[in-house]
Amino acid sequence: MLEHYLSLITKAIFVENILLAYFLGMCSFLAISNKVQTSIGLGMAVTFVLTITAPANWLIHNYFLKAGALTWLGLPNVDLSYLNFIVFIAVIAALVQLVEMIMDKFSPALYYNLGIFLPLIAVNCSILGGSLFLVERDYNLMESTVFGFGSGLGWFLAIASMSAIRHRLRYSNVPPKLRGLGITMLLTGLLSMAFMAFSGIDL
Amino acid sequence: MAFLSKKSQTVLKDPLMNNNPITLQVLGICSALAVTVKVDTAVIMTLAVIFVLSMSNTLISLIRNFIPARVRIIIQLAVIASLVILCDQVLRAYMYDMSKQLSVFVGLIITNCIVMGRAEAFAMQNKPGQAFLDGVGNALGYGIILIAVSVFREILGSGTLYGFQVIPTAFYESGYVNNGLMVLSPGAFIILGLIIWIQRTVYDVEEK
Repeated sequence: MLEHYLSLITKAIFVENILLAYFLGMCSFLAISNKVQTSIGLGMAVTFVLTITAPANWLIHNYFLKAGALTWLGLPNVDLSYLNFIVFIAVIAALVQLVEMIMDKFSPALYYNLGIFLPLIAVNCSILGGSLFLVERDYNLMESTVFGFGSGLGWFLAIASMSAIRHRLRYSNVPPKLRGLGITMLLTGLLSMAFMAFSGIDL
Repeated sequence: MAFLSKKSQTVLKDPLMNNNPITLQVLGICSALAVTVKVDTAVIMTLAVIFVLSMSNTLISLIRNFIPARVRIIIQLAVIASLVILCDQVLRAYMYDMSKQLSVFVGLIITNCIVMGRAEAFAMQNKPGQAFLDGVGNALGYGIILIAVSVFREILGSGTLYGFQVIPTAFYESGYVNNGLMVLSPGAFIILGLIIWIQRTVYDVEEK
């Protein structure tokens, strides 16, 4: 059983990295990755929020929205799955707000470090993408938590390495028109090629 | 174009090239790359984004004077999410195979930064007509890049264009092989990087 989760988490982090293989969360990745410190902060916040929102949205999908999910209420024929998108995004926004408030109350130091990133995360594609993937792939509750955590960690790894690369890049002579977005895209391509070396690993 | 005023024309045409949402405003790259393996998925995605962006801009512009500033983000999200659900249901009903191929990426139009960005930056301050044109213009600018990337990826990666074979079979017989990298994700990043480079050279834009 443990091997199953281990293989799921390696797959989410390396083989099917949510950023480098599915292109999710590119906007904040491109905007933030020029500073190492902030990249690490945002990476941690994304990991944290994905680990919470994935199981929360799983519960909501399976007990409220899925076809036949309302059987416990005596309504076996109701299929609300078309509401998935709007409910998921509302859950994500609400949870982010909640996490922000709890963090502010109980751990001001953590809030100080991650707080500014939390509102940004509500509209990060990788969070909604994570929830949509777990519905599409039909994971169970434990699998979705592991998948959420793994995807977040993968995103963290990608943004942290990219910010380190961009930090070194300041001392190199990039053609003027390629600076900024252009060179970052090319570098992301190379990074994603490097991550492809992990494909085929099966624990 | 004669029936549009000068201002409307710039609103519509500017985002196509000089102020392209993807390459110059750096918005909405998330979903842009995943659907570009084949041209047909890129075209459907573009149509979906044109619909969502123009309608969301119009609707938000219509109610802009009634939205309290503090809750505007959540209202914008609700409008956008409802339009995306509509789009997804239509795709599922009439083009089931296509909706399977696009998988989660239709849903991800909700968090596409272009839609939110234009609602916030343009629709909240302008009249519905202008906002509609801005939506169409930005969605087309997004579509141009999407289709350009997918044309390169499909020709180089699969040897076809919109499903038709364009690389002659004689090439394959004399040893030509499709570039497998183009079908995978690094191909998308590299092609987009090169397109950005070319466009910024042509339009003379530089980042500090």
